Amino acid sequence: MYVAVKGGESAIENAHRLLADRRRGDRSLPAITEAQIVEQLSLSVDRVMAEASLYDPGLAALAIRQARGDMIEAIFILRAYRTTLPRLAVSRPVDTAAMRIERRISATYKDLPGGQLLGPTFDYTHRLIDPALVGEPDVPEAAVAEVTGEPVMRVADILAHESLIELEPRVDAEPGDITREPTEFPMPRAERLQSLARGDEGFLLALAYSTQRGYGRSHPFVGEIRIGLVEVEIDVPELGFAVSLGEIRLTECQMVNQFKGSAEKPPQFTRGYGLVFGQSERKAMAMSLCDRALRAAEYGEDITAPAQDEEFVISHCDNVQATGFVEHLKLPHYVDFQAELGLVRRLRANYDAARAAEPEDDSFEEAAQ
Amino acid sequence: MTAIEAASADLSSAQHERARRLALLARASRDELEAAWAALPVQPSVTALRGPETGLVMLRGRMGGDGAPFNLGEATVSRASVRLGDGSVGHGQRLGGDRQAARLSAIFDALAEGGDRVAVDALCAAIAARVEADAAREAAETAATRVNFFTLVRGED
Repeated sequence: MYVAVKGGESAIENAHRLLADRRRGDRSLPAITEAQIVEQLSLSVDRVMAEASLYDPGLAALAIRQARGDMIEAIFILRAYRTTLPRLAVSRPVDTAAMRIERRISATYKDLPGGQLLGPTFDYTHRLIDPALVGEPDVPEAAVAEVTGEPVMRVADILAHESLIELEPRVDAEPGDITREPTEFPMPRAERLQSLARGDEGFLLALAYSTQRGYGRSHPFVGEIRIGLVEVEIDVPELGFAVSLGEIRLTECQMVNQFKGSAEKPPQFTRGYGLVFGQSERKAMAMSLCDRALRAAEYGEDITAPAQDEEFVISHCDNVQATGFVEHLKLPHYVDFQAELGLVRRLRANYDAARAAEPEDDSFEEAAQ
Repeated sequence: MTAIEAASADLSSAQHERARRLALLARASRDELEAAWAALPVQPSVTALRGPETGLVMLRGRMGGDGAPFNLGEATVSRASVRLGDGSVGHGQRLGGDRQAARLSAIFDALAEGGDRVAVDALCAAIAARVEADAAREAAETAATRVNFFTLVRGED
């Protein structure tokens, strides 16, 4: 238990001043700007927005700068800022089929309508440190090619033609909101997806990896990953129609999983879904694997692995909660510890007394056994 | 802009036009809005009806992309509503924390509602041209990364 203490005000003040100094670093170097972070460390910005559950690139960049690049600290700051703003509206569900595509790949179909569009990917790079990036090298403009205008069809719709994949029921029920309602298990899938979308990338990645290694295997294929810009629209009552607020970048992963069938359901492919702010492919893939693993009960599968355990996954995927509870251990626990110290001293005294009372030569006891 | 046009298919032509205008104003840069404001031959008197204010919009997705909705996470949004001297009312709303841009958007919406189309139409045409040019360039850059498969000659033939 944490007990409030007073004192150390000037130490704290000077520590924060020192933090500001170290954050600025060598004054002979120019200070980094938020715009530079947004433009040149954009995937860090995307991760902070996703896990803070707040889409605002400029604020996320400021949080990264304030946190000296500590991602979880930046996520914490942005998540905290979120709580200071009123919620003005709820958007219409974004239409990822109408996404302005920046990347789209499928591991299940080679030739598919719209094609395989690699976009700005690290895939097929050699992962070798590139000394040519040092300094300010001239970077050539991106190559261009003629746009075919062919619609970029969803992979799920291709499988749906053969009825070989489960269909998502298109109902417009009002989804629960984990930021407004207490956490209860079992949790509806809508709230699980909301939790996973802001869950820690490393935690979800490790769980996703565990399913591949046999802890809740789900035979996954990447049906499709798409990254791009979607329109955000809200209904404005005084106007009587939906109004566009602009676009946001999202990454969507459709994982397609083998399912042998059950008494109720014929053999078919089932789906795991990932949708994440920004260009966050690894996170979207991990999210879709975790989503599918957490649907085990729906398909009558045995729940044997951590990734299938809803309460375990959802309760521990939030890095702001996790860091709060782990890091609180460093706060003063002086009184608590004094109590434990007294207890351990008493136990030790009893233990020593009991040992002293035992016969000096224990060979008798050993012989008796 | 195809999504906006599809979503507003069942609207009246006046509503359709306003939805398009608001979508373009939401994409305008602060510089574009301020330059257009400074260039107005007569700047109208403006009364604030609401805001400008910054808050949150909860963004929703659909399970599997096409199923039931779920809450994905929030985004910052700024909005403003204004009334001009002639009584016309306008609304501005956009992603992000730029309240001044939301207020200027509301003013241009109100100007158009009041029948003062020339400046607003020119502004919207300029925004549309920029947005479409950016989208076309980005699409062309993405198209250049399209994989064109070819089949290798197989050994067993």
